Amino acid sequence: MSTDSTHGTHSAHVAHHFKDASQQYESGKEGIWLFMVTEILMFGAIFVAYAIYHHAYPDMFAEGAKSLDWKMGFVNTLVLIFSSFTMAISISYIQKNEQKKAVIALGTTVLCGAIFMVIKYFEYAHKFHLGLLPGKFLDVAGVGAEHANLGLYFGFYYCMTGLHGLHVLIGMGLITWCMIRTMRGDFHGQYWIPVEGVGLFWHIVDLIWIFLFPLLYLVG
Amino acid sequence: MMWFNIAKAQSFMPTQGTEIAKQVDNLYGFLLVTSLIGCLLVIGGMIYFAWKYKRKTPNDKTAYISHSTFLEFLWSFIPLVIFLGVFAWGWFIYHDMRTMPKNALEISILGKQWAWEVQYKNGFKAVNEVVVPINEDVKLLLSSQDVIHSFFIPSFRIKQDAVPGRYTALWFNANKLGEFHVFCTEYCGTAHSGMIGKLRVVTREEFDRYMEEGQEEGQLPLAKRGEKLFALKACASCHSVADASVKVGPTLFKKFGADEVLTDGATVKIDENYLRESILEPNKHIVKGFPTGVMPTFQGQLNENELSALVEYIKELK
Amino acid sequence: MANTAAHGDNYINFEKGLWSWFTTVDHKRIGIMYFITVMTFFAIGGVMALLLRLELFAPNVTQGVGQVLKNGDTYNQILTYHGAIMVFMVIVPGIPAILGNFFLPLHIGAKDVAFPKINLASWYCFMLGAALAIGTFFTTKIDTGWTFYTPYSIRTGTATAMMVAAAFIMGMSSVLTGLNFIVTVHRLRAPGMTMHRMPLFVWSLYATAILQILATPVLAITLLLLAAERFLGIGIFDPKLGGDPVLFQHFFWFYSHPAVYIMILPAMGVVSEILTTFSRKVIFGYTAIAYSSLGIAAVSFFVWGHHMFVSGQSESAGILFSFLTMLVGVPTAIKMFNWVATLYKGSIQFQSPMLYALGFMFLFAIGGVTGIMLAVLPIDVHFHDTYFVVAHFHYVMVGGTLMSIMGGYYYWFPKMFGKMYSEAGARMSFVFIFIGFNVTFFPQFILGAMGMPRRYFDYIPAYETLNKVSTVGSWLIGIGFLIGLYTIVQGLLKGEKAPMNPWGSKTLEWYTPSPPPHDNFAVEPVVTAGPYEYR
Repeated sequence: MSTDSTHGTHSAHVAHHFKDASQQYESGKEGIWLFMVTEILMFGAIFVAYAIYHHAYPDMFAEGAKSLDWKMGFVNTLVLIFSSFTMAISISYIQKNEQKKAVIALGTTVLCGAIFMVIKYFEYAHKFHLGLLPGKFLDVAGVGAEHANLGLYFGFYYCMTGLHGLHVLIGMGLITWCMIRTMRGDFHGQYWIPVEGVGLFWHIVDLIWIFLFPLLYLVG
Repeated sequence: MMWFNIAKAQSFMPTQGTEIAKQVDNLYGFLLVTSLIGCLLVIGGMIYFAWKYKRKTPNDKTAYISHSTFLEFLWSFIPLVIFLGVFAWGWFIYHDMRTMPKNALEISILGKQWAWEVQYKNGFKAVNEVVVPINEDVKLLLSSQDVIHSFFIPSFRIKQDAVPGRYTALWFNANKLGEFHVFCTEYCGTAHSGMIGKLRVVTREEFDRYMEEGQEEGQLPLAKRGEKLFALKACASCHSVADASVKVGPTLFKKFGADEVLTDGATVKIDENYLRESILEPNKHIVKGFPTGVMPTFQGQLNENELSALVEYIKELK
Repeated sequence: MANTAAHGDNYINFEKGLWSWFTTVDHKRIGIMYFITVMTFFAIGGVMALLLRLELFAPNVTQGVGQVLKNGDTYNQILTYHGAIMVFMVIVPGIPAILGNFFLPLHIGAKDVAFPKINLASWYCFMLGAALAIGTFFTTKIDTGWTFYTPYSIRTGTATAMMVAAAFIMGMSSVLTGLNFIVTVHRLRAPGMTMHRMPLFVWSLYATAILQILATPVLAITLLLLAAERFLGIGIFDPKLGGDPVLFQHFFWFYSHPAVYIMILPAMGVVSEILTTFSRKVIFGYTAIAYSSLGIAAVSFFVWGHHMFVSGQSESAGILFSFLTMLVGVPTAIKMFNWVATLYKGSIQFQSPMLYALGFMFLFAIGGVTGIMLAVLPIDVHFHDTYFVVAHFHYVMVGGTLMSIMGGYYYWFPKMFGKMYSEAGARMSFVFIFIGFNVTFFPQFILGAMGMPRRYFDYIPAYETLNKVSTVGSWLIGIGFLIGLYTIVQGLLKGEKAPMNPWGSKTLEWYTPSPPPHDNFAVEPVVTAGPYEYR
């Protein structure tokens, strides 16, 4: 097929329907930004729902927030911020044709994602252990909740962090894919747009966590 | 009658039962006339041009008119003025509709699948029938026990959703005696289209008499009370009682003492205990040919007296 | 891989075999695949509509023809599938995914859309979503109505979650298409093709794409929350747990009102193309029409509350939404008047695409003015959720969008398949559809004014006559579409070879062979003038 890429050569590979590498680069970049807009809007709507219910039941949300461990959330915040940094430098390494360093940086990013998910796993497991489950699964009397609809808070907690966690997993997969292709030498100083796209995705995932953390853990 | 009523808006609307209905129809009449003019301009213009400038030769020369700022301004500005005009007019009427009068007669209406339960201030309950006095402000306080319903009286041109978990309200001041339809306009499931009530506008004296009679119903015989309950709990939406026709659920007509085949093939004799079980645990034994899970349980909603009243009523369906 | 002589001379015979279609990244082939699938779903949704009308032929108490369907549940299920299929699987993808995919690159002189693989992915997303949606039919069937209103959708014991997942995935397909179009319009225009030289169809697709990108994610999260509500019972939309069912309506209409313009804007674009071609005249007020699309798109995000005037929202919210809705009317009015002015001093030919375009204007004018009526607060209080609303949105969606889809198919049929269809068949089909449509839906305005609520399985005897008329009309529409199907199939099998530019149009797609080659243009076109330079 005419869109097939020619692997291994250190020249920009341009798909048949683009005139030149710069047109391809600009298009790709714009496409990724537009996709990010949809991501932000999707999370934006759930933030709106959160705001509405936080306004309606501030005490219940405070009770929910108290049962979360802000330290774990804080560590996770630091981990993600660091991973954003490694993601960013990996692109700059690729642009300078330093693929080895780029692969290390990408690997660190994936590792950070994994650490994030492991910490998340411990948080979830702890909640499950305490019986802090979403919605109808939360036994109000069993966990001694002050507010009968505490399940709503945990509904938000699991939906928001779950959706975010899913994005982290997808991001990790994409970064691994970038890593493999960098090792194969597909990305170099002339062609790095997929890595930049994945990087942008990763930053957005990061950014969303930076909003989630205070809203769920700190706001009382 | 106003000039804009040449469109006779009210002639295919239901009777005007309130003053507000008249105002709504006036506005509607105006909208019809302006819409007609608008459509005539667009559709008429289109047809006229299409006929006048029909292609005559394969190489017709056409005029090159790219735009006209003046015309375009004109046909955006004039519609805007009309739109804002009708908006303001509508606002005016809507404000009256939504401002609840003080000292109105209050009636609570509870929507449920698939009936309207009406409760008056003195505790009297009725179903699917609202009785109100003429020429008095009446405020209906709406709520719902299951899904969203919507209380619509076409003749009064008013409508309001009944939303579970909160109260909504509407008001009217009926100025015509008679019976009016009440429809449910928010889709609510199987018998949505059967959720029809009536609103009866009566004189003040008749209304007072109706209230008194209502209070006396406590002394009714058992089967009569059962009949009332049967209507109140909306059993009639799904079970026929006057003949053997099948609605959502099996008919109850002449069923007491008869044998019924169940979904698992077993046969059961319909006695007091089967009726009782079917009311409290409806999905335990389903009659063959009917789906499971449709009928809600009435466990906790009926006391022993009410149960025996219902059973007595069904026994006497002959 | 270069485009060698081993390949055929057009996109259809460029590669051979069914597999080459399933793996194609050619925007034209993807357009054709959408065409086949969407039309199949249209047939299914259409049969369901006929069933619904048949049930409403007479009230259920009438002996004989009164009750056709088994019970209210069956009716509600068919109603839900008719709505969901027609909205999510026919009208929304109808123009952008078929005609847009095929002609947007041709219109701006590009070789393809910006991301061909994503374009193919969007078709697979669509198919996966559609398969899930149709799949629910073989489980417990859904009966929520296409709007999935809570708390009904939480309580009803049906496969709502699966249907919601289907809508979610189809939404993703819509987002991918929109994303592709925006980038294509921004980046891939041929030399000399400035934004203001783009055909108006491209402008309308561009405005649509913006709506798809901005509105669909909100639907996605709303549906996700609804699914969470069903599985976890978190209570966001459930009053029993302190949630607010009306919030669902806010979220839902925040997507679904712009979605209404996702459906109608491309239709307006198609009409602009057809009108200029068949009156051989420059469009009147190009700039106004182009920017009014963007204007409609922008305002459409702030009018969702007009679906909720009686839902219990505050009086001031109702007033605000009514006011903003009036503002959407203005750019729509400009378009209507400009189209009429385009006909002035033209050289008008009544080929079937033109008949559909004129039919569109006729029906859309009625749909438009009734829309204004519904935006007026107290009028809407009476008409809300009655047959008046049903009639109004069918005038806009069917009378508007579907008319324009049909017009567009006939207009571009020669280009897409390189063959001509029978003009007589197409005209006859139009006559049946146009008359049948008015017979079906005009009485519904009156039924609504009389107070007949929508989504009704049965009705009081007072509404019988008009319902009968309406049902008879639906048969005429059915006949019309059968004739249309015959015309298309006959054209495909036995049609004469189409010339490059059968209508004498001026836009770029007509200056490449019919059907177009794989790379669209042998030589990249250089544009020196606007799209409608008939002098």
